Amino acid sequence: MSFRENHELHTRRFGRNLGLGLVLAALVALVFGLTVVKVTTDDFRMLVDEEETQ
Amino acid sequence: MSDASFDSARPAAALQPGEAGFGDFFALLKPRVMTLVVFTALVGLLAAPSPVHPVVALAAILFIAVGGGAAGALNMWWEADIDALMKRTSKRPIPSGRVTRDEAFGFGMALAAISVVMLWLATNALAAAILAFTIFFYVVIYTMGLKRWTPQNIVIGGAAGAFPPMIGWAAATGSISLESVLMFALIFLWTPPHFWALALFMRGDYDQAGVPMLTVTHGRRSTRRHVLAYTVVLAAMALGAAFTGIGGPIYLSVALVFNALFLRDAVAIWRREETVAEADGYRVEKRAFRLSLWYLFAHFSAILAEATLDGFGLGGWG
Repeated sequence: MSFRENHELHTRRFGRNLGLGLVLAALVALVFGLTVVKVTTDDFRMLVDEEETQ
Repeated sequence: MSDASFDSARPAAALQPGEAGFGDFFALLKPRVMTLVVFTALVGLLAAPSPVHPVVALAAILFIAVGGGAAGALNMWWEADIDALMKRTSKRPIPSGRVTRDEAFGFGMALAAISVVMLWLATNALAAAILAFTIFFYVVIYTMGLKRWTPQNIVIGGAAGAFPPMIGWAAATGSISLESVLMFALIFLWTPPHFWALALFMRGDYDQAGVPMLTVTHGRRSTRRHVLAYTVVLAAMALGAAFTGIGGPIYLSVALVFNALFLRDAVAIWRREETVAEADGYRVEKRAFRLSLWYLFAHFSAILAEATLDGFGLGGWG
């Protein structure tokens, strides 16, 4: 059984899907990083402290 | 799908929806314009007196850039008809048939919404609101409304390009101040002489597309007067900014040199007769255009330098 070489259309689709996958992975990493920064900043700590004292 | 649809020899215009590559969608974001957006927004953010966490700064710049890209995609969606008529824009993803108008619209709207919401979550509501207004202004007011109706289109379009440093500043401080308005004014007043210098030596394209450029509606003599008038106002504003919170000795030195050079070229453009300009291949107009690119880069770099030195207690006027 022989495999046919990928058509240009498939290569293009693969490139687009790979690009989109990488963009989404980067977005997830960025949102995770943002969350870590937000929950460790002083403002957030103060807010939590205030809620705990109430 | 039949094998017939896999015929790679077919023209690009026959592509079906959903077949565009990653690069085609990236091209919709106008990456060259995005570099200016990223640079000026970054300077606005770093020049602000409130320090920002690097991750928040990265996120803010990224979402401002995505918002700018979304505006670019929506601009291409609306202007596909005139883009097809102009040599400079005929190879863009929509007129060349690689991306459909519907795809560009959906892509632009989705990115606009994502960028505004994410900028809000990452920074604050004011920065997100200015970004949303910038996208609205560029797409609805400029692209759909005024670009095809008034020869002042360049002035109005320049306002949209002037917002990024203000968004960067708002992302850091949560406010608008004199300094951020001055950075806005710097780009706003720089845009008309920059583009009209280009329009003086790039003839033809806009006439063909029916876009009213000042060179066509009011003539080239009037355009030359406009270049000088805007450059004089720009120089006064740029030098005045040296004595505000974003200025300092470095900024003043840079502003003195570049405004003197830009004024020299603007006066030369104003004094030149069209026949002389045509005879020497628009040498002065081309020089002014090249200088204008360095002009903006130099001013914002100087603002950044002052802000950086300020961190070591050396920036500004002490």
